[in-house]
Amino acid sequence: MKQKSIKRFLVILVLFFVASWISLPESLPVKFDIGGWSVDTDLGTSGIHFTFLGRTIDKKFEFKQGLDIQGGMQVVLEADMSGIQEEDKAQALESAREVILRRVDLYGIAEPVVQASDDYGQYRLMVELAGVSNPAQALALIGQTAQLDFKLLIPPEVDEQELATDSAGLETSMELVDTGLSGAQLKRAQPALNPQTNEPEVSLQFNEEGARLFGEITTDNENQMLGIFLDQSLLMAPTIQQPILTGQAVITGQFTLEEVKQLSIQLNAGALPVPIKVLEQRTIGASLGNESVFLSVRAGAIGLALVMCFMILVYGFRGVLASFALLMYAMFTMAIYKILGVTLTLPGIAGLILSIGMAVDANILIFERMKEEMRAGKPFAAAMELGFGRAWDSIKDANVTTILTALVLINPFNFSFLNTSGLVRGFGITLLIGVLLGLITGVVITRTLIRLFVRERTK
Amino acid sequence: MNLLKYRYLYFAISLLFLIPGIFSLFKYGLKPSIDFVGGALIEIKLPENTNLTFAQVDELVDEEFGLSAVQKSGDSQFMIKSKEVSEEQKSDLTTQLTQQYGAAEVLRFESVGPSISKELLSKTIVAIALVSVIIAIYVWRQFKELKFGVTAVMAMFHDSLILLGSFSLLGHFYGVEVDVLFVTAMLTTLSFSVHDTIVVYDRIRELNRKHPRIQFEELANTAVLETLTRSINNSVTIIVMLLALVLLGGSTIKWFSTALLIGAVTGTYSSSFTAVPLLVEWTKRFK
Repeated sequence: MKQKSIKRFLVILVLFFVASWISLPESLPVKFDIGGWSVDTDLGTSGIHFTFLGRTIDKKFEFKQGLDIQGGMQVVLEADMSGIQEEDKAQALESAREVILRRVDLYGIAEPVVQASDDYGQYRLMVELAGVSNPAQALALIGQTAQLDFKLLIPPEVDEQELATDSAGLETSMELVDTGLSGAQLKRAQPALNPQTNEPEVSLQFNEEGARLFGEITTDNENQMLGIFLDQSLLMAPTIQQPILTGQAVITGQFTLEEVKQLSIQLNAGALPVPIKVLEQRTIGASLGNESVFLSVRAGAIGLALVMCFMILVYGFRGVLASFALLMYAMFTMAIYKILGVTLTLPGIAGLILSIGMAVDANILIFERMKEEMRAGKPFAAAMELGFGRAWDSIKDANVTTILTALVLINPFNFSFLNTSGLVRGFGITLLIGVLLGLITGVVITRTLIRLFVRERTK
Repeated sequence: MNLLKYRYLYFAISLLFLIPGIFSLFKYGLKPSIDFVGGALIEIKLPENTNLTFAQVDELVDEEFGLSAVQKSGDSQFMIKSKEVSEEQKSDLTTQLTQQYGAAEVLRFESVGPSISKELLSKTIVAIALVSVIIAIYVWRQFKELKFGVTAVMAMFHDSLILLGSFSLLGHFYGVEVDVLFVTAMLTTLSFSVHDTIVVYDRIRELNRKHPRIQFEELANTAVLETLTRSINNSVTIIVMLLALVLLGGSTIKWFSTALLIGAVTGTYSSSFTAVPLLVEWTKRFK
C-alpha cells in the first residue's frame, strides 16, 4: 500500500512539473533579491522543440484568446436567398462563405473564422476576425456581394520572352478585354471527372444568354486565354481550345479533386450571388480585453490564496495538503487549456475561477466524512478509506448535474434551439473541464497525499 | 438540536427575500440588454478628465440614431446606447467626438438586430426548461421517489426566483441589465442549487438504509446537521472566489459574477433550509 502510494505520488509530482512548465507564460522574468540571495532568471516556456527519431516536434503552448480578450470583431450576416432556387441554396451559402474567407485571407487577417449555418430557412454566416484595427474597412470587405467576370487576356504584341519569365505579372502585362459575360449568365459550376481520362475537371453550365455569348467569345477567340475574375482578382485563365456553342463547358488542367471542388465553389459564388446584410456586429478594442484579463486573473489569484488560508485554518495539515492539491489543480487546468486549445474568454476565466472554488468541495466532503468516521470510533486508516469511499458517492451524484448543465451550455451537437454564442460556450467548456478535473484532483491527488503524509495523531 | 422544528421560520425567511423580488419582477420587470431587444452600445474612452453628457452626444447625432442613454462606465469612459446603428453611423460619431475632444477610442461596439435578439430569447427559455427537466428526472431516478425530484426542483425555482428578483431590483435601482451572461449564471445557479441538495438527500437516503425504523423527520434533521459544516465550508470557498471576482474582477464580468454569487448563496441556503423542510412537509402530508 505504502509503496504504491509513493509511486503514485511520484507520477503526480512529475505530471505537476510538466503541467506547470506548460502553463507558464512564454516569458516570465523572475527577479528578486532577498538577503544577499539574488535571483534573476526567465521562467518562461516557449514550447517543445526537438527532433525525435528523425521527426521534428515543434509545439508551442499558447492560450488561445477569445475575441473579447484580444480584441476584434464578430459579425453575424444574413444571406438573402430570395433570388436563389431551393436546390441551390446550400451551395450558394457555401460559396458565400468561401468568398468571404478568401477576401479576409487576402486582406491579411490571421486565423479568420467564417461559419455558415442553415437554421430552418435562415441562412446565416458568422464571421470572427481577431485583431482588426479598422472595422469599417473589414465590414466593407465582407459585406459586398461576390462579382464574377470573364475577360479575355490579350498578351502584348512583343516580348513573349519576358512574359514567360514573369508569370506573376500576368494580369498587369496583359490587356484585359471585357466580354460582357459575368456570373449572372453562369448557371452553375460543378466538379466532374473527365469520362475519357478520368481526370478531375470543372464543368460549367451557362444559361441561354450565357450560352450565346460564350459561343461568340469562343468562336472569335480560339487559342486565346479567357480570364475568370472573382472580385476583380484573377482566379484562373484557361485557354479556349474550341468554339463551344451548347453552353456546356469544361475546364481541364492538372487539377486535383480538391482544387476542382474549390474552384467550383468559387465560381458558384458568382453564379449564385447572395446579397448579405449585417444582423449583428460586435467590436472589442484590445485594451479593454487586456485590462479585464489582468483584473480577473489577479482576482483569481487573490481568491485562491484566501481559499488556501481558509482550508489551512479549518483543517490544519490536511488543509495544507488540500491547498497543494488545489495548486496542482490550477496548473493541470491551465495546461489542459493550452494542450486542447480551449479558447479563453472572459466568462471562461470566470468559469475557471468558479471551478477552483468548487474543486475544494470534494476535499471538504472527504475531510468531513473522515472526521465523522473517526468520531464513530473507527481507527485512522479505516476512517480515511471509508471517508473517501462514502464521500465519493455524493461527490459523483452531485457533480453529474453540473456536468449536464455544462453540456447544455456547450451545446456540443449544435442544436439550433439552443445557444451557440461563443461566450456562453466558453463558460460551459471551462466549467466542464473544471468539474471533471476537480473530481480527479479531489479524489486521486488528495487521497495519495493523505495516505502518504498524514499519520494518526496520538491524542 | 432539532433544526427542522423551525421549518416555518425558514419558509418565512425565504418569503422575506422572495416577496420583494417577485413584487419588483411584476412591477418593474427585468431590464433586458441589447442581446434580447436589439439596439447598439458604443463604449468609448476619451482623454482624461473629459465629461460627456446625453445632451452633448444628442447634438452630434441625428434622429435616426435613436440615442437612448449616455452612461459613465469608468474613468473618462462612457457608454452610449441607442437603436441598432450601422458601422458608418458609429464612425461618424467617433470622428466628431475625436474632433471635439482630441481623441476617442472605441473600446466596444455592439449592434444587434431585432431578429437575432428574438431568437436568443426563445433559446434561453428552451435552455432553462431543458436544464430543469434534466435535473428533475435525474434526481427522481437517483432517489427512486418522486418527492425527492419535486422538492429539489422547487428549491431550484426558489433560487432562480431570488436571483431574478434581485436582478429586477438591481435593474430598477442601478440600471443593471440582463444579458446572455446572466442567463448563463442562472443556468449555473440551477446546477449549484441541486448540487448541494443532492449531497443532503444522499445522506438522508444513507441514514434511511441504516436506520429504517427512525422517523423521517428525525432522519432528515440528522442529515442536515451532519452535512451543515461541509455545506458552509464549501460555500465559503466558492463565495470567497466569487467575491474576489466581483470586487476586483473589472467591470465586464462584474454583474455576471454577482449573479453567480447570489446563486451560490441561495443555493447553499435552499438545500438545507428549503429543500429538506419541503421534503419533510411532503412526507407528513402525503403519507
